[in-house]
This record gives sequence, C-alpha cells and structure tokens, in this order.
Amino acid sequence: MNGYFAILNIRVKMLFQYRAAAFAAICTQLFWGLITVMIYRAFYAGSETSEPITLGQTITFLWLGQSFLRILPWTVDKEIEAQVKNGNVAYELVRPLHLYALWFARAFAHLAAPTAMRCAPVLILAGLFLGLQAPVSLAAGLAFFVSVILAFFLSSSIVTLVMISLFWTISGEGIKRMMPHITVLLSGMVVPLPLFPGWMQPFLSFQPFRGVMDIPCRLYTGVIPAAEAVYYFAFQIAWTLFFIWLGRYCAHRAMKKFVIQGG
Amino acid sequence: MLSTSYLLGTFIDIVGIWVLFDRFKMVKGWTLPEVGLVYGVIHMGFAIAEVFSRAFDQFDQMIKQGEFDRLLLRPLSPLFQVAVCEVQIMRIGRFVQGFLVLLWSANTLSFSLFSVHTAILAPSVLGTAALFYGLFVIQATLSFWTTESLELMNITTFGGLQVGQYPMSIYSKMLRLIFTVLIPISCVAYYPMATLLQQEAYPLWFALLFPLAGFLFLYLACKLWSLGVAHYRSTGN
Repeated sequence: MNGYFAILNIRVKMLFQYRAAAFAAICTQLFWGLITVMIYRAFYAGSETSEPITLGQTITFLWLGQSFLRILPWTVDKEIEAQVKNGNVAYELVRPLHLYALWFARAFAHLAAPTAMRCAPVLILAGLFLGLQAPVSLAAGLAFFVSVILAFFLSSSIVTLVMISLFWTISGEGIKRMMPHITVLLSGMVVPLPLFPGWMQPFLSFQPFRGVMDIPCRLYTGVIPAAEAVYYFAFQIAWTLFFIWLGRYCAHRAMKKFVIQGG
Repeated sequence: MLSTSYLLGTFIDIVGIWVLFDRFKMVKGWTLPEVGLVYGVIHMGFAIAEVFSRAFDQFDQMIKQGEFDRLLLRPLSPLFQVAVCEVQIMRIGRFVQGFLVLLWSANTLSFSLFSVHTAILAPSVLGTAALFYGLFVIQATLSFWTTESLELMNITTFGGLQVGQYPMSIYSKMLRLIFTVLIPISCVAYYPMATLLQQEAYPLWFALLFPLAGFLFLYLACKLWSLGVAHYRSTGN
C-alpha cells in the first residue's frame, strides 16, 4: 500500500503549486455564480406556484456546486492519455504496482487537491455575501461532509474507468468532449436536479452522477433529511463499488489483450 | 467527428435553459422562443468570432517564443497576419446549434424568413461576431504587457456569452451598465431582439443601429492592438 500512498502524496504536493491559476479560476467562478444567482432570482420572481426547492435552496445548491466544482469527473488524465497513445504505459505496467490502483490513486489526488484548495474561498465569500445558506442542522452538515468524501471516491472510480477505456479507444478525444457535459448536467451543476421535469426524476434518481454533487447538496439543505442519509451513502458506495469492479475487470481484460502503440 | 461531438456538447448546454423554462414558463416577460432569438444571435456571433480568431487565443505563446518578431519583419500588418494565421472550422458546431435554436424560435414565433426580421437578425449576428472578435483581440493584446491574467479575460468572452444569452433585463443595473456601455453585449444581441419583439420601446429601425456598437468596439480593440505593437519590446528568440 505504501507505494500508492507515496504516489498520492507526490501528486497532491505538485498540484498545490498551481496557485495563480487557482486565483483566476476563483474569480471566474464568483462571476459565473453571481450571474446564475441573478438568473434564478428572475425566474423565481415570476413563479406563482411552489417549486420543489426554494430560491434560497437553489442558490445554496449553486454555490456548493461552484465551491466543489473540481470534484466532478470532468476529464481524462492528460499524462495517462499520452502514455497510452505513445506506448509508454508499458513502463507503468513494469512497476510493482497494480495498474488500476495506481490510476485510482492519481485520479483521487487530482480531484482532492484542487477541490480542497479552491472550495474555501468560494464557500466563505458566498456564505458571507452571496446567499449561500448554512446547513439546515448539525446533522445535515455532518451528512454533507461524509457525502462529499464518498463523492470523491465515486468520482475517482468514474474517472479511472474512463482511463481504462483508453486502452480500447487510444485517443481520448471523443470521451473528453462528451464527459464534461454529461457529468455537469447529470450531477445537477447546470440546473439543480430537483428542478428537472417530473418525468425525468425517476431516471435522475438512479443515475450515478447524482452522487457526485446532487446528493451532498440535498443533504446540506435538508431536502433529504439527515435521518435518511444512510440510504444515500449506500447509493454512493454501491455505484463506487460497481465502477471499481467494472474498471478492474476491464483493466484485467486489457492486460491480456492489448497491443502497445509505438516503440 | 470532433465537430459533431462539439455540437452535441453545446446542445447539452441548452438542456439547462430548456429545463428552467419548462418549469418556470417565463422570465421577466420573455418566453422560451423569445429568449431563443437572443440565444441564437449571440451564439452564432460568438461562433463566427471563434472560428476566425483562433490565433489570438494562442498569441501569448507567439510572444513568449519570440515568433511575433517574424511577423513584424513582413510587409503586412501584424494584426492581419495573426488574424489569418489559423481558422478553426471545428467551432462551427456552436454556430449550427445557435442557428438551429434561432430557426426553432423564429418558427415558433411565426417569423417568416424573408422579412424585416431577417434584416435585423443578420446585422445583429455580425455585430455580435465583431464584438467578440474585438474581445479576443484585446485578450491577445494583453500579452504584450503581461504573460498571465489572460484567464481573467475569459470572464468577458465566455462570461459575456453566458450573460448575453439571457435577456439583459433580468440582471442588476450595474451589470447591465457594464455590458451595455463598456462591453456592449446587450447592444448587439439583446436590444435588437427586444426592439423586434417590442419588449423594449424603440422604433424598429433603431434595431439596425444597435449592432454598430459591436463594430465600434472592434475598431477600438484594433486601436489598442496598434498601441501594443508600437510599444512592443521583444523577449528575444
């Protein structure tokens, strides 16, 4: 296990150095968030019926989403993509580390470090000035925290699975294009999932991406009462285990069959 | 293939807007097809600008590597050279998406193709393209003075796109002011469409004047560029 922790450690340290980029990203997020708050306000102002979630809750969803934006399984790891393309992945396979676990550790670091670094400024500013509400109760806050940790694992398992798929597609271009849009939509980042039409709700309730952001947000705002949190943790864990199993299975198949590109 | 996935990707962005209108029906008196007009114009304009301004995107690399010096040695305007350096057809996906939304909106609102509406839509799209092209030029011009902080300019380009795709009337006064006077995004998309739909009370021919703001902005951007070139000191190569 020490090998994996070492890799996790190194990559986290490396990613903490990207501070200037982080500042620009935070500014962009604040701007985007402000615009979206205004858009939601305008929509709710014209609404006479009651909605599944209140304006305050929607705004909270929005800011939580922006704070934890980096948790989303956004894209493939460029380095690994290049390795698979030019065949250097063979070097990775020669190491005394299991490939899946290696890539999972990398994915986890790539999610955890930027998120930890960037969530605080947006959370604080949004909480003080921009309409982010406090958790409904202490239990809700704790449930949110646990859910976010589980979301890290879920997201990492999705990313790793996508990385494994590169053994078959070689170039990541196709999936790289589609992934951000799918994850952003289905995790509730574009519009909070509760606001989607009623006929879509059954599908949205079961798809795995809701575990990345939608479930934590609902726990935070009390849309899901803290008493029921355990069931939703189970949901996140179940999907995580599924993706891990699928990823390992595919990696195993790939090891047996694949052809190394290049010299 | 890439174009197709880009197109599909941008379609998913529309889903968000559709969801909101499906639930709320209207925003500040604008219905979905009406917003679709503004959306179509601004995305088509942005796409045109994107297709032709790719080189400005990567201009900071050109400066860093000292390649810009080569352009200065040639007997052609450096702005022109950078402008024609690269054309990225892939971005046409956004244009198609905007166009389809526009078609749907026009159809739903029962606009006919050969009418005063097209006469207003076309300059709006061109004005929008000019505006965003100007923003890309400014973004590149900043490379003359600073090597970073270009990401912050994205707030004006992509941020401007996100702001402009909704009717401006939903935003705060301050924001409206910035995006009308400083970066006239509302002039090129919102006001022409609002006048067309009589959401704003201007005479119809005014709608032809508004997009001129985009061209004026582009002109000023080019002037800024010339300023940058005049004071340019190479990093060596």
